[in-house]
Amino acid sequence: MIKVKINGQEQSWDGDPDLPLLWFLRDEAGLTGTKFGCGQALCGACTVIVDKEAVRSCITSVNDVAGREVTTIEGLHPNGDHPVQKAWRQVNVPQCGFCQAGQIMQAAALLMDNPKPSHDQIREAMSGNICRCGCYQRIENAVHLASTGV
Amino acid sequence: MNFIENPTKLRGFEKNIKVEKVSRRSILKGLGITGGFVLAAPVMSRQALAYETGAGKMPHGVVIDPRVFVALAPDGTVTILAHRSEMGTGVRTSLPLIVAEEMEADWSKVKVQQAHGDEVKFGNQDTDGSRSTRHYLIPMRQIGASARTMLEQAAAKRWGVPATEVKAVNHEVVHSASGRKLGFGELAEDAAKESVPAVEGLKLKDPKDFRYLGKGQVGIVDLHDITTGKARYGADVRLPGMKYAVIARPPVTGGKLTSFDPDAALKVPGVEKVMKVQGWPWPSKFQPLGGVAVIARNTGAAIKGRDALKLVWDDGPNGKYDSVAYRKELEDASRKPGLVVRQEGDADAALKSADKVIVGEYYLPHLAHVSMEPPVAVADVKGDKAEIWAPVQSPGGTREDVAKTLGIPEDNVTVNVTLLGGGFGRKSKCDFALEAALLSKELGAPVKVQWTREDDVRHDFLHTVSVERIEAGLDKSGKVIAWRHRSVAPTIASTFAAGANHAAPFELGMGLVDMPFEIANISCENPEAAAFTRIGWFRSVSNIPRAFAVQSMVGEIAAATGRDQKETLLALIGSPRIVKPAVKDMWNYGEPYDSYPIDTARLRKVVELVAEKGEWGRQVPKGHGLGIAVHRSFVSYIATIVEVAVDDKGKLTVPRVDTAIDCGTYVNPERIASQIEGAAIMGLSLAKYGEITFKDGKVEQKNFDDFQVIRIDESPAVTNVYIVPPAPGTPPSGVGEPGVPPFAPALMNAIFAATGKRIRSLPLGKQLEA
Repeated sequence: MIKVKINGQEQSWDGDPDLPLLWFLRDEAGLTGTKFGCGQALCGACTVIVDKEAVRSCITSVNDVAGREVTTIEGLHPNGDHPVQKAWRQVNVPQCGFCQAGQIMQAAALLMDNPKPSHDQIREAMSGNICRCGCYQRIENAVHLASTGV
Repeated sequence: MNFIENPTKLRGFEKNIKVEKVSRRSILKGLGITGGFVLAAPVMSRQALAYETGAGKMPHGVVIDPRVFVALAPDGTVTILAHRSEMGTGVRTSLPLIVAEEMEADWSKVKVQQAHGDEVKFGNQDTDGSRSTRHYLIPMRQIGASARTMLEQAAAKRWGVPATEVKAVNHEVVHSASGRKLGFGELAEDAAKESVPAVEGLKLKDPKDFRYLGKGQVGIVDLHDITTGKARYGADVRLPGMKYAVIARPPVTGGKLTSFDPDAALKVPGVEKVMKVQGWPWPSKFQPLGGVAVIARNTGAAIKGRDALKLVWDDGPNGKYDSVAYRKELEDASRKPGLVVRQEGDADAALKSADKVIVGEYYLPHLAHVSMEPPVAVADVKGDKAEIWAPVQSPGGTREDVAKTLGIPEDNVTVNVTLLGGGFGRKSKCDFALEAALLSKELGAPVKVQWTREDDVRHDFLHTVSVERIEAGLDKSGKVIAWRHRSVAPTIASTFAAGANHAAPFELGMGLVDMPFEIANISCENPEAAAFTRIGWFRSVSNIPRAFAVQSMVGEIAAATGRDQKETLLALIGSPRIVKPAVKDMWNYGEPYDSYPIDTARLRKVVELVAEKGEWGRQVPKGHGLGIAVHRSFVSYIATIVEVAVDDKGKLTVPRVDTAIDCGTYVNPERIASQIEGAAIMGLSLAKYGEITFKDGKVEQKNFDDFQVIRIDESPAVTNVYIVPPAPGTPPSGVGEPGVPPFAPALMNAIFAATGKRIRSLPLGKQLEA
């Protein structure tokens, strides 16, 4: 039995310990905010925060996060008002929106680590997250806005 | 549940959107009103509807009925149906916003509800061809005006005054003579009893009174849900007792399963069942490819189970498809005469007599859509009833195809449309929903079919592969006197009919026979090309190769004559005029030519506007270059300037992109800007990396590592968008697709300016590093 804390709640899993965290979150725990985009840590759509670090849940097993704290988009802020979320809305970032949970989690992790990133640092930190609609200019502006006060 | 942001808080995006205050002559002078819609046949006042669109000719036409699209609750909440699919263009916001505008509803009291697939009830729902605003601006205004009129009539009756004395204003009806007011909610019951006014008598609002349309101050309705993980896409649907499936499909399109061994798969924890999936013979239209499905308690187990399957395939008729050999075939075909699809003057003779002939042979490979959400669908089939939840661009078509595939009446099929995690044309094809329906029927349980990224890359309906060969003949003065364009590419029609080897009319009409240059001798040819994989619509379709070839050739002519790119382009476009169609019944994006002619004044205007705002001719640092391109597609006009920087190792960056679009009358300039910004990224992706290749009939790429797209660290530093303000009464035109075609040629023209290297073969890849 693997125990893991997700968005502050203790969860347990007695199935395949190698199951990617992504599918545990989506199909077993019903937390569908975290998205499947590639399955190979190439696109960042599945990004969650484990303890204080952004990880790709598609290549992280449930076993890897045993006893650790996982934060998903649903748990980032109780009212959805994390500065990154607010900035995303002010800049009107999304088009289709599918990649945005991963983008927001990546950005939130960046700001925990570096509260005032430069534009180059934003571009570097966000370069693992693909947006096929091409919202990059707004993503960059929104992360900058979140870091300077929304 | 929709949360609408306070518009005053929307900031940060405005600085890159600039609506230009320039005057432009009306193109509508003298147009009569001749048309009508299929079901409701409105004939509006000349001022309100001075143009006709192709909406009525779409399957099931247009429905104009407020009782179908609008609901008003006693608490004042207005619910408006969105009957088109939301894949990122903002249409789920923009169309209901049009209704709210005309209805005088307060947008903060509006909820948007997604319509299911039912074209008899809602009219055509195919969300493709950059058509939604174009076809629905007037119908949505009429629906809103109808609802407003019914509210005004109900209030007038309540007060016992003539309806002409009352007026709906921002969610209330007001009788100004007596100062009385009634909220929309208070009138809900009475208004519902009013008869629906005749469309022809409706009075539409004066555009100067618009509160929302054309303003761009309203956030998309799903903004809060998207940023909090609550937005529901296809993959997010969960039903009690639902099974999770992934499918191993034939590695070669048109192949078949020979045998399989499920034993190892069945031993994977969580795997419950392994079963065959029915496939259809090549060419299979939108029907499933067949294969073997692994059914499990979660998607991860199903994927692991599929990896453990032992499968033997018969590769079928396409097992020899090889991209290297096929490219040679296309090139050979482009060097010989082919089917003539457009002929003006005598291009052969003019090329022979020309002082100089410039030849450009351009190659553009297959492209995959790779929307961030891979195809996915949930189906629940019980007896002769089926319910589908899926991210489909064509809910009506999906409903028809599910009914046909299962052999049940269409009325027994419900298609629920989720949000689409990107579409770009891929999700116009419902094969993934049909797979789910077939599996659910056989399992007797709800099932979700999830495509992995590898499935998506390997089994896409790909953008075609093409060779575009242009010969331009110049006289002694450098004037272009002859133009021969051969376009060779497998056709989308091949997905529907075996042996379709020539471009369909709609493909010819995308940048070939509609090419607007003022040249005396023009010949367009379309040599044969056979298809060996599924070819489909990809955002802007044949416009990608055609605009690439034509606009690159403009750059080549400029270079050969030592003239400025922009001046060369304007000289080729020629005088401001309405172009007479060069071929009979020229496909015009399904639109009547009278409403949407090729207007070179508008084409010139976007070139001039982008040149002015984008500071064409500005001094750029060493290693930088500017390139320009213009293209008309989806009846919109769009011009792009790209600034590129190439370092001494051949590494490319894009410091700045400027784009001007004339899309006629528009609804939401903020979403237009986002579409154009995104089109630049998609254009850069296809120009720099985009290539799907085949060997032994199989796609050689699999995921974002070998089918790369642009990431944020290589995206343009700045993309500026300029929207041409419409002359009164200008019909709306496309926005979702037109941004893509001009980008790649503008980029290659810029690379030439920076380095002197002419790139004729896409993708760019490492060509600058050589």
